[in-house]
Amino acid sequence: MSNAISALNGATWAEGIAAVTEAPMQGMITLRGPLSDAKLKKAATTVAGVDMPGAGQAHVADDRGLCWMSPDELLVLCPYDDVAANTETMQSHLGDLHSLCVDVSDARAVFDLSGPHAREVLAKLVPVDMAPDQFTPGMFRRTRMAQVPAAFWMHDSDTIRIVCFRSQAQYVFDLLTTAAQPGSAVQIF
Amino acid sequence: MSTRLATGGRLLNKDKAVRFTFNGQQMRGFEGDTLASALLANDQMLVGRSFKYHRPRGIVAAGPEEPNALVNLGVEGKFEPNQRATTTELFEGLLATSQNHWPSLEFDVGAINAKLSRFMPAGFYYKMFIHPRPLWKHLYEPFIRQAAGLGQAPKGRDADTYEHFHTFCDVLVVGGGIAGLLAARSAAQAGARVLILEQTAHWGGRAPVDGGEVDGKPVDKIVDELVSELSDMGNVTMRLRTMGAGVYDHGYVLGYERLTDHAPEADGPRHRLWRIRAGHVVTATGAIERPLSFAGNDIPGVMLAAAVRDYVVNYGVSPGDRTVIVTNNDDAYRTASALKAAGLDVPAILDARVLPVDSPLVAEAKAAGIRVLMGHGVAKVLGGKRVTGVAVCSQAGEGAVLEEIACDTVAMSGGWSPVVHLWSHCGGKLLWDNDFAMFRPDVDKAPLGADGTAFVSPAGSANGHFGLAELVGDAHAMGRAAAKATGHTPKKAAAPDAHSVEEAPMAPVWLMPQGAGKALRGKAWLDYQNDVKVSDVQLAAQEGFESVEHAKRYTTLGMATDQGKLSNINGLAILSDALNQPIPQTGTTTFRPPYTPISMGAIAGEARGKVFQPIRRTPLHDWHDANGANWEPVGQWRRPYAFVRNGETVYDAVMRETKNVRENLGLLDASTLGKLIVKGPDAGKFLDMLYTNMMSTLKPGKCRYGLMCSENGFLIDDGVVARIDDQTFLCHTTTGGAESIHQHMEEWLQTEWWDMQVYVANVTEQYAQIAVVGPNARKALEALGGMDVSAEALGFMEWTDGTLGGFDVRAYRISFSGELSYEIAVKASEGQALWDALMAVGDSLGVMSYGTEALHILRAEKGFIMIGDETDGTVIPQDLGLNWALSKKKDDYLGKRAQQRTHMADPARWKLVGLETVDGSVLPDGAYAVADGTNANGQRNMQGRVTSSYHSPNLKKGIAMGLVLHGPERMGEVIEFPGTDGTTCKAKIVSPVFYDPDGEKQNV
Amino acid sequence: MLILTCPNCGVTGEETEFHAGGEAHLKRFGPGSSDGEFETYLFMRENPKGVHFERWRHVYGCGKWFHAARCTTTLEVFGTYSAQVTEPPKEIRDTISEKRPGWTWRDFA
Repeated sequence: MSNAISALNGATWAEGIAAVTEAPMQGMITLRGPLSDAKLKKAATTVAGVDMPGAGQAHVADDRGLCWMSPDELLVLCPYDDVAANTETMQSHLGDLHSLCVDVSDARAVFDLSGPHAREVLAKLVPVDMAPDQFTPGMFRRTRMAQVPAAFWMHDSDTIRIVCFRSQAQYVFDLLTTAAQPGSAVQIF
Repeated sequence: MSTRLATGGRLLNKDKAVRFTFNGQQMRGFEGDTLASALLANDQMLVGRSFKYHRPRGIVAAGPEEPNALVNLGVEGKFEPNQRATTTELFEGLLATSQNHWPSLEFDVGAINAKLSRFMPAGFYYKMFIHPRPLWKHLYEPFIRQAAGLGQAPKGRDADTYEHFHTFCDVLVVGGGIAGLLAARSAAQAGARVLILEQTAHWGGRAPVDGGEVDGKPVDKIVDELVSELSDMGNVTMRLRTMGAGVYDHGYVLGYERLTDHAPEADGPRHRLWRIRAGHVVTATGAIERPLSFAGNDIPGVMLAAAVRDYVVNYGVSPGDRTVIVTNNDDAYRTASALKAAGLDVPAILDARVLPVDSPLVAEAKAAGIRVLMGHGVAKVLGGKRVTGVAVCSQAGEGAVLEEIACDTVAMSGGWSPVVHLWSHCGGKLLWDNDFAMFRPDVDKAPLGADGTAFVSPAGSANGHFGLAELVGDAHAMGRAAAKATGHTPKKAAAPDAHSVEEAPMAPVWLMPQGAGKALRGKAWLDYQNDVKVSDVQLAAQEGFESVEHAKRYTTLGMATDQGKLSNINGLAILSDALNQPIPQTGTTTFRPPYTPISMGAIAGEARGKVFQPIRRTPLHDWHDANGANWEPVGQWRRPYAFVRNGETVYDAVMRETKNVRENLGLLDASTLGKLIVKGPDAGKFLDMLYTNMMSTLKPGKCRYGLMCSENGFLIDDGVVARIDDQTFLCHTTTGGAESIHQHMEEWLQTEWWDMQVYVANVTEQYAQIAVVGPNARKALEALGGMDVSAEALGFMEWTDGTLGGFDVRAYRISFSGELSYEIAVKASEGQALWDALMAVGDSLGVMSYGTEALHILRAEKGFIMIGDETDGTVIPQDLGLNWALSKKKDDYLGKRAQQRTHMADPARWKLVGLETVDGSVLPDGAYAVADGTNANGQRNMQGRVTSSYHSPNLKKGIAMGLVLHGPERMGEVIEFPGTDGTTCKAKIVSPVFYDPDGEKQNV
Repeated sequence: MLILTCPNCGVTGEETEFHAGGEAHLKRFGPGSSDGEFETYLFMRENPKGVHFERWRHVYGCGKWFHAARCTTTLEVFGTYSAQVTEPPKEIRDTISEKRPGWTWRDFA
């Protein structure tokens, strides 16, 4: 719907050692259920168009994908405008399987942190080994980012896509721009 | 006098002069100088005054162990007190002032304390100022506060920024001396991911000053080669100006990087705190030379012997023209050689030992024509603000002066102590080494990591190996062992080849001369910064402070900003001697991080200013902000307390909003209320366990108010539950409860009732939720159109999905005000648009936004409880007259068993009532009602307290709720609430429902 | 600061990513239980010097609860395991026996 406005209305910043951009509204569906169940796999992979991810993985292609949230939860990514239709498709595949399928697109904000120093900017804020041979494309990590929860994956070789709660979008944006201030490169990765 | 030498200074760039200012005086140094070396080059030996007696103090050391040379650096936002001149790199325009003196460094009034020093022994403050008690607060404390503390507290806001950095490695090497570099290399060669930290701006540590050969090359050459080799290795990260500050559990280490202290104009953060998780830590932290305890050992010009040669070799600075060396070991003879090589005079070496045969270093000194007096020591140092000479005595005697030797510098060495701080931080044990009279790491009792194996290894002189050959071999082996401990396989490789100079054994000397009398002991300093003398420690022992931890606190030995790096071992040796017990039996005080002080900014990292804490914003935040919101923090959320219009006070706004809701139409941003989806075949059963009332019987399309208790029986949350379909419920929680109740649900599902088929999802932030409240609420929604909101179609405590004004919404007909009221949930991204639409249609209906305080007054007028006001973690539903919400049909729910405990079922528990002041005023919130008589402590008995209190603009009087003993049975009774100002409020016990008791206003 | 491995998602993270949840393997007593049983369930906790069993939640990660067997003196972690068990699994108990022969904790040994 044309009224949909993301938390920071597409804020961007590129005055430091990495660029920070709020991504447009991203469709996100929380899918809880037994991840090994064939119906659930079918439901998830059909709408996302990617294979089922293993523990700690994200399979993402553009704005569709599947992120492994926990042993009984996936985050299904799809275009924002397709959420309702995709939820219905998933429900039809899930049938009477005990599961939960719920739209959380508006509950989140998405940021792209990009540039050659993106990894070290994030490493200032998360207690995660961001070395290129340790955090590799295809991995998905939920963790603590300074004082709030966040999840992220490598969107391309020097872009990290970060998901946080919508109410904390301004804090996360400010965190990232603070961590990317000019002259703050660690020069380690 | 101290001066710059024509030659030497391996760390200097003599092509680049640097100007700086000390106490307003312009001075010059070179790039590569520390502030200490530059001050010495400008003949500024006197740099400060001591803490207690205001004694003149000069530079003693050349590294982080320096106790005296503390200065204020910078001005305003860049001001920083207590900076060690020995670790401060010189930069153009550096501004330093000395500390702890008045009116000036040269002439200080506080120095009178020194004259009184024999009346101010250890524990003086404790003994003197304890009586009479009232004087402490009004006289003693203000006076002592004025006198206490080094430096000045910064007044301005810190202009710099700081940050953290998380990093991981297999092997962390702390210390970039020859041992650290070698350990790093052997670990890296085995394939380990290595991080090596060096606190100074240079690799190599002491080795290039002390000399020697490794693999047939001069050691400074080897350092350069190692640095270049390590820099080329992809698995090695090297960091200068980064101190290993502390070692913590499971391989967690803090590194303190000083990025712009030496270049204050540079971009970027000033300090970076490295939060390192290492598989194994090698502490190659070196060793620190100990002072000797003789009378006058604090007079400016008395320095550590190794520091003297550091200044000569590294900085091309002569601390003095004539240097007397006093020692108990061979190492200090190297200082004699360095001074001689620089063309300076060494009139004598006083060696406390009597050696049967001259060792090579002694022989070398004698061959150079230096007078060596074996078995001799310093009786006392002559001079005031600068050394003018030493009085020589026999070490074995009581201090009878044999001769006086004129000199301006005394270079002392009492032996070396390995830097065991980082080894000890996380539980590494020490053992006493008799040969070197020092504590060194007991490698069999290392700190243990997550898997129960050792995760720290000491290397080099930090491990008590001082000879170059032993040191090099140890570092090589420790690096390999660290790699092995982290799963790597070192290839066979021999340790580098090095040769150690043969040294004669040192002799422990804790007091010079051995039989020094009271007068000398009272001038023999142990802790320079805190002014603790040999006599103070002896007094502590005599007065019964026998534990080293007690003696430390009583005398303040080792409690200054240097944490006793120079004084601890000497002090505990004196204590052991006074107690007549061996040193290991006395033990050491606890080594605690950080190794040297680190900035508060580094600890805070990015968390300041706008990112000090996460502020949660609703989708309507910006509108509120633009429309006069007076913000109230509710957890991390910010909610408008009231919307203040021009010319209004906040109170006026609250009154206006409260009245308008009852008369016209109010809009409230209710987005922060928690919304949890609970779904599954067992969802009803699960909610029956969580809520005190029955939820499984709720029909789809209906809402029910529910209470949640902890297993302790106490109320933790309340809210409206809507049944969405047979298997799905939506539970509203309080604003603060969304995360905690979500966790509460998951905890029970995962850890107790894991057989239940239920999934929970927190969808709080998916929606903006707007309460549309007041007599005109229905008209407003009808004006938007799209959904039937009539009383017939959407009755009280019902919900429906539909559209309003083109928005997809879920409308709940629920009320927390007693008015006709709807809560409209819309996707968060459309929240602002719906709010705008409601404001537009409400324009002709008298719409006003209202805040949390109006919400509070409206609910209090109706006697509705608020979690956190009427509850405080000790209140059960029965206290609040909520028995109707406690299901009697259910065998069990969380809290049911606890509510059957005798104390919970006690009829004397205070119960909820309304309170109305006799004169219509507002009762003070939280006030207690007094009863007759007193309790066992002689205090007046209490019979109740106020939980909520407001002025109601609708009722035009003060209304309150409170918990009162037998309250519901005492309607009409007047009870008294004494205020803190001596006045007493009288209030009548009434029903808590003040407004519209029959509920007619919402039933339309 | 501890490091723990969440058995639910496999992440090894630092303590700040987790939330400690008190003693493990409590047996719930509800209505119908005696005062003594209820008191034990609600209030009585072990405070051992040595082997201990705790509940933790991977609060900043997968959100799941799990159990951890730890030594309160050395902080050694013997292992982490599922929250959906009423007693420590055999392999955890064997690991502890190997490292701390003769250990006991409540009714376990």
